[in-house]
Amino acid sequence: MTVKTNDDIIRRFTRNVPEWRPRVTPVKLAEATQEQLDALQVTPSNTKVSDYVLVLAHDVETLKVRSPLFNAIMYGKGGLSRAERELGALAASIVNHCIYCAAVHADRHAQLSKDKTVTDKLFAMGEKADLGPRDRAILDFGMRLARTPQQATAQEVAKLREAGLDEGEILDLILSTALFSWANRLMHILGDPVRKSG
Amino acid sequence: MTDIMNSTVLTSARPKPGSQIEAEVLNRRDIFEKTQAAEIAVLTPADPGGLSHDLRHALAARIAALHGEPDQAARYAAGVTDAALSPLASVGTTSDDAQVQAMLTFTDAVSTNPREIIAEDVTALQSAGVSDADIVRLAELNAFLAYQLRLIAGLRLLVEAAE
Repeated sequence: MTVKTNDDIIRRFTRNVPEWRPRVTPVKLAEATQEQLDALQVTPSNTKVSDYVLVLAHDVETLKVRSPLFNAIMYGKGGLSRAERELGALAASIVNHCIYCAAVHADRHAQLSKDKTVTDKLFAMGEKADLGPRDRAILDFGMRLARTPQQATAQEVAKLREAGLDEGEILDLILSTALFSWANRLMHILGDPVRKSG
Repeated sequence: MTDIMNSTVLTSARPKPGSQIEAEVLNRRDIFEKTQAAEIAVLTPADPGGLSHDLRHALAARIAALHGEPDQAARYAAGVTDAALSPLASVGTTSDDAQVQAMLTFTDAVSTNPREIIAEDVTALQSAGVSDADIVRLAELNAFLAYQLRLIAGLRLLVEAAE
């Protein structure tokens, strides 16, 4: 096993999903309580439990609620398209510089929209990337909502309406950006994105 | 079933009865139910670990204040029953307890500027004697509040835009 150093930490946005190296010790499956084991089953990847989920299992009551909430917001029926929910997630992940979250959700956006140019531009040009009006309105609103204190105003809502989003779609955008304001504060805080070994 | 209209989010940013926004909220009832369930898991868990319910409410109030949401700050501050912890709800206050002080420093940074957090910020908590499980609990508290406060702020914009 190679010892990982700070040099392995990925600091630039990429669509290549890195490995995640925890900064705290994950729960050991062999020592997990029944409640933790139950909660671990409701996560999206139940065949192989990731270090990330094993870290979150330290707070099992929250994990138990968070996984189904995550799925309802990102995959629930109707409203904003799945690709555009990924843009809402990306807006927060870029503001919060969560390299891991940005990689996962840029990759998903590229797959769902069958288009890599939006995330290529975002990663190359950053927050000012020249995008189509609808993507631009979504990212502007999302990035403003992701700041602390949040900075979105009626003006950005009006831009979303002009770009053709209805109230249900805007609500889904609020939800996905807010959800990643949560996820980024776990993924980017409790671990480091590192180059895949082997 | 939870009455979602009595949830924190929907009492804080209430759609007009019969409005399109109310209909969209009701279409997503499960999301609002689970959001309220998450508040309970984060603020008043059955197993609070090293973060008492009082400390959690004081930190939540402080996080809301850092987010410029005074009504939410007041609501969470009202949940602090231990007078010794009440001052921590205010931004800029400090604690003589090294563990609590480490949690305050961490909370202020994670809430306002998470992008700048590095491994040493987590090590600082460990050095102060905060357990790994409590570090995760503290991160979840900060993270959930970041979500809930933005959901309230965003929904409020939608409700106001419809008026």
